[in-house]
Amino acid sequence: MQAPETFETPAAERVNYLNAQYGLKSWLLTKDHKRIGLLYLGSISFFFLIGGLYAMFIRLELLTPQGDFLSSATYNKVFTQHGIIMVFFFLIPSIPATLGNFLVPLMIGAKDLAFPRINLLSWYIYLLGGVITIYALLAGGIDTGWTFYVPYSTTFSNSYVIATGAGIFISGFSSILTGLNFIVTIHTMRAPGMTWFRMPLFIWAHYATSLIMILGTPVIAITILLLAFERLAHVGIFDPANGGDPVLFQHLFWFYSHPAVYIMVLPGMGIISELIANFSRKNIFGYSFVAFSSLAIAVFGFLVWGHHMFVSGQSVYAGMVFSFLSFAVAIPSAVKVFNWTATLYKGSISYDTPMLYALGFIGLFTIGGMTGLFLATLGVNVHTTDTYFVVAHFHYVMVGGTLLAYLGGLHYWWPKITGRMYPEGWGRFSALVIFVGFNLTFLPQFIAGYLGMPRRYHAYPPEFQVFNVLSSAGASILGVGLLIPLVYLIWSMRYGKRAEANPWHLPGLEWRTPSPPPTENFLVTPLVTWEAYEFAPPEELRVIGMFKEDESLEDADAVINGKPL
Amino acid sequence: MPESASTYSSQVDALYFYLSGVTIFFTLLISIVLIFFVVKYRRRSLYEIPRPIAGSHKLETLWSVVPFLIAMSMFAWGAQIYFHQYRSPKNADEIYVVAKQWMWKIQHSTGQREINQLHVPVGRKIKLIMTSEDTIHDFYVPAFRMKADVLPGRYTTQWFEATKPGTYHLFCAEYCGMNHSGMIGSVIVMQPTDFDNWLSGNASQQAPAVAGQQLYESLGCVSCHGARGEGGRGPSLAGIFGRKVFLTNGQTLTADESYIRESIENPGAKLVSGFGPIMPTFQGQVSPEQLIQLMAFMKSLQVTGPQPATPAAAPAPGETSPRATPNAGTTAPR
Amino acid sequence: MAAAVEHEVSHPALQHHFDNLEQQREAGTLGMWVFLVTEIMFFGGMFLAYTLYRSKFPDAFASASNHLSLPLGAVNTVVLIVSSLTMALAVYSAQVGKRRNLILFLVLTIVLGSAFLGIKAVEYKDKYVDHLVPGKLLPGNAFSPVVAAHGDTDPHKLHMIGSATVKQVEMFYWIYFAMTGMHAIHMIIGVGLLLVLLYFSWRGRYGPEYHNPVEILGLYWHFVDIIWIFLFPLLYLLGRHLMHA
Repeated sequence: MQAPETFETPAAERVNYLNAQYGLKSWLLTKDHKRIGLLYLGSISFFFLIGGLYAMFIRLELLTPQGDFLSSATYNKVFTQHGIIMVFFFLIPSIPATLGNFLVPLMIGAKDLAFPRINLLSWYIYLLGGVITIYALLAGGIDTGWTFYVPYSTTFSNSYVIATGAGIFISGFSSILTGLNFIVTIHTMRAPGMTWFRMPLFIWAHYATSLIMILGTPVIAITILLLAFERLAHVGIFDPANGGDPVLFQHLFWFYSHPAVYIMVLPGMGIISELIANFSRKNIFGYSFVAFSSLAIAVFGFLVWGHHMFVSGQSVYAGMVFSFLSFAVAIPSAVKVFNWTATLYKGSISYDTPMLYALGFIGLFTIGGMTGLFLATLGVNVHTTDTYFVVAHFHYVMVGGTLLAYLGGLHYWWPKITGRMYPEGWGRFSALVIFVGFNLTFLPQFIAGYLGMPRRYHAYPPEFQVFNVLSSAGASILGVGLLIPLVYLIWSMRYGKRAEANPWHLPGLEWRTPSPPPTENFLVTPLVTWEAYEFAPPEELRVIGMFKEDESLEDADAVINGKPL
Repeated sequence: MPESASTYSSQVDALYFYLSGVTIFFTLLISIVLIFFVVKYRRRSLYEIPRPIAGSHKLETLWSVVPFLIAMSMFAWGAQIYFHQYRSPKNADEIYVVAKQWMWKIQHSTGQREINQLHVPVGRKIKLIMTSEDTIHDFYVPAFRMKADVLPGRYTTQWFEATKPGTYHLFCAEYCGMNHSGMIGSVIVMQPTDFDNWLSGNASQQAPAVAGQQLYESLGCVSCHGARGEGGRGPSLAGIFGRKVFLTNGQTLTADESYIRESIENPGAKLVSGFGPIMPTFQGQVSPEQLIQLMAFMKSLQVTGPQPATPAAAPAPGETSPRATPNAGTTAPR
Repeated sequence: MAAAVEHEVSHPALQHHFDNLEQQREAGTLGMWVFLVTEIMFFGGMFLAYTLYRSKFPDAFASASNHLSLPLGAVNTVVLIVSSLTMALAVYSAQVGKRRNLILFLVLTIVLGSAFLGIKAVEYKDKYVDHLVPGKLLPGNAFSPVVAAHGDTDPHKLHMIGSATVKQVEMFYWIYFAMTGMHAIHMIIGVGLLLVLLYFSWRGRYGPEYHNPVEILGLYWHFVDIIWIFLFPLLYLLGRHLMHA
């Protein structure tokens, strides 16, 4: 491995993590967290496309009230598989495994994550789980709904339940290992001077997410195991004929799957904090409140699973407890939204693509979050649960929330990851298309749901058709909007304008190293003496450790931490 | 809005409007403020750095406490409605629902059976006692704003009082396999006279209580529990529903449909104090519909004469089951 | 002054992304603790199922628990506790640099761990012989124990207490196999890792400056031991006082 240059060289000749080694083996056996992040980026995009294809089939079928495009059995598999792929193979790993893996060491000034080989292992485990699940889909698919409720999934479904369960079980370990890696890294590998409260909020968000990953994922693992054994051996753990309880499955399943949605959204919120602060050049208003909100959401998120079961036969008193706690968990999210908005006050706001995604997130997450309150409200939940109201709610937070944050973060850090800029005009255009298409797809579903259209319906009464047609029209716009970035981002990797180390002129540690970074991230170990969002003029935001031709050794300190002492 | 056809549907709608109002208010507030800030504070020069503002404890408190209070108002109102929805009134008419892939089998206590349809009179409290033969289903009537899962091996209940004649959608709202979206029907609400006409036109089916009595005899329950449920080697069954039962393990419970079913299928599980474990199990010999008929028969039994002694405070003799309704009875079918 | 932190003269075991051995040790230890927390959550689901079904079927659980071999279970408990002792002594030996003792105690731990697994295998075989493997896991040998009549003292027959039914007893055995099976898998992995550790110890890799792998495997081993400490009374000691009722 060549030594990195400490004198400025033209970007095209500089050694960085992308060109340090060539060859398939150097990628497949890499220990570099940045390369692993890219490996994940590729595989996660692949699964997103598959999940998106299933979505397309759903919306095509639902254009007409009759079940005339797909057979009932096929449709049931299509919506099940859309959910499974999107939840387990896209939403849960997306931000942590791509952007988190790439950025966590950079943002805290470390050379890599604590356990690089475990990091690579987690990618292979994710792939193995994905391959097994794809095998199950190709062999015939699964039709239980992504929630696998018993006794349908144990006794009545004639589909590949165990194979799919095996795929999800295995990929869960990928999640656990990623979370473990992040926690240990954040605790033990921060650069000198990087105290907890100087860390970017992206790190706080990933720390909170990792707590959920390690505490929650093992529970879904054992739940899937019990489900598989029940299906194989018919012992009766969930079967009422043998004294078992089908509602027990729901408790076990949702004990993980509710915190899982916070695994999906917390990293997104972390990205939004970065985007809002950096594109308005202001410290996040109420930094410590936002940091603690992430932790509060992680903790409270484990206490609310019963709000998925208000009509499932659990006691009325249990319902009241879960409803109360579900309102409590909403408050930290509201606090974040207010803090982000307040950050913009008297800021210096630019309209770059990442900022557009961040602003879209705030609006759409507000709607998604507040419709969650409808569902936390007991009396209304009875009417709206298991209808399209729920479908609309979670797509607002998952797509309007997490996906928008993911795209915003991808654009924001694209110059750092690839050393190239994306085309800004296309970026803004597709952000707009996505925003319009998304709202047209899912806003009508709230109405359809309250009018009574149940979810997972292959055919529906004709009075719901108008909403479904609007929704499908929106979906086609959304689909096009999502394909455009795929095209121009790949294009930009070869033809995009070369980016400098700090194209946005920001103080974060990840911007104080070349774009793309060298394999060991920094030229020298940084010494952090500044706060998380302490903006400064560009000449003070130099690459750490990189000297100009005519600089003397007395300037060394200024170069090492980039600020005059 | 969907039709509002039950006594609590308008309450649900009122709460929904409140929630919508709050949501629209905050969404507009945030959006407008966002757009306003983004325009007013747009970047004027490339490297400008605005003055940092650290935060404000006052604001943080304000926008934590105020949302919390609003949230509590939503919680309290919602909980109140929910209580109302799930506490079935004591004097409701009972209708039995058995769900199976992919149809609803409904039986009135007077014997009428329906498939995928439920005829009810306006202005009467109706309690549904529901169970499933296979997977979990869900009985959902949007117009009534009512929904509850229907489970195998257990009874779940929900109630309603219809306020407007008409035909309303009935949906299955828990995914149950291939024909889940076909497991739909209608609830037909009629004026009381029309309903009575419908009932008599649809009779000539056995009341479940009568069928239950036949089962009670053919399965041999008589030998231990007495021909009129007065008891003997087994505990008395007359007036059992709603009565406190004392068990051999020291626990006490209130007898309901689930307890009776469990005792038929697994007699030793909750053995009544003072009696030995001699009842055989009838698991697999009695279908969910037959269980309903047996229970309808038990509910029709009047408490007559002295009860066989049960330890500690037994309910006063002569106390009839609180679930005795005008329709169910030991009289001949209409 | 230059504020960069320099690398120490590198110990061969120092990974390139850590600044020094101390940081590496800290990371490794924290990583193992975090992993053990995930294991607690994993086993927790099964403990929950156990708690639920035991409260539903107390008599069946007592009957089934009685039928397990108390002597074998007790011996296994002692074996595991002693193996934790030898593991702790192995860690100590590594810390003070006594290679011979380290190897000796690792070998003892492996032997004791294997003894545990062997005794477990004997127990599982007994269940197989008595037709107590739940459900239809083994085609041809479905769950079908012979229930002892009143007064029959045949140890291969199931003595039922109170209102226990065979179906409920099957639930116990299902949980028994799931929990002890999961535990046994963790033991097997542990023994495997111990063998790896043994090999590197023999090669002289561990000493006072670097012995973190021994420490963290010790943590893992103690954890697996603690799981058994909970499993033993919950599975083997129910209703023993009712045995001769």
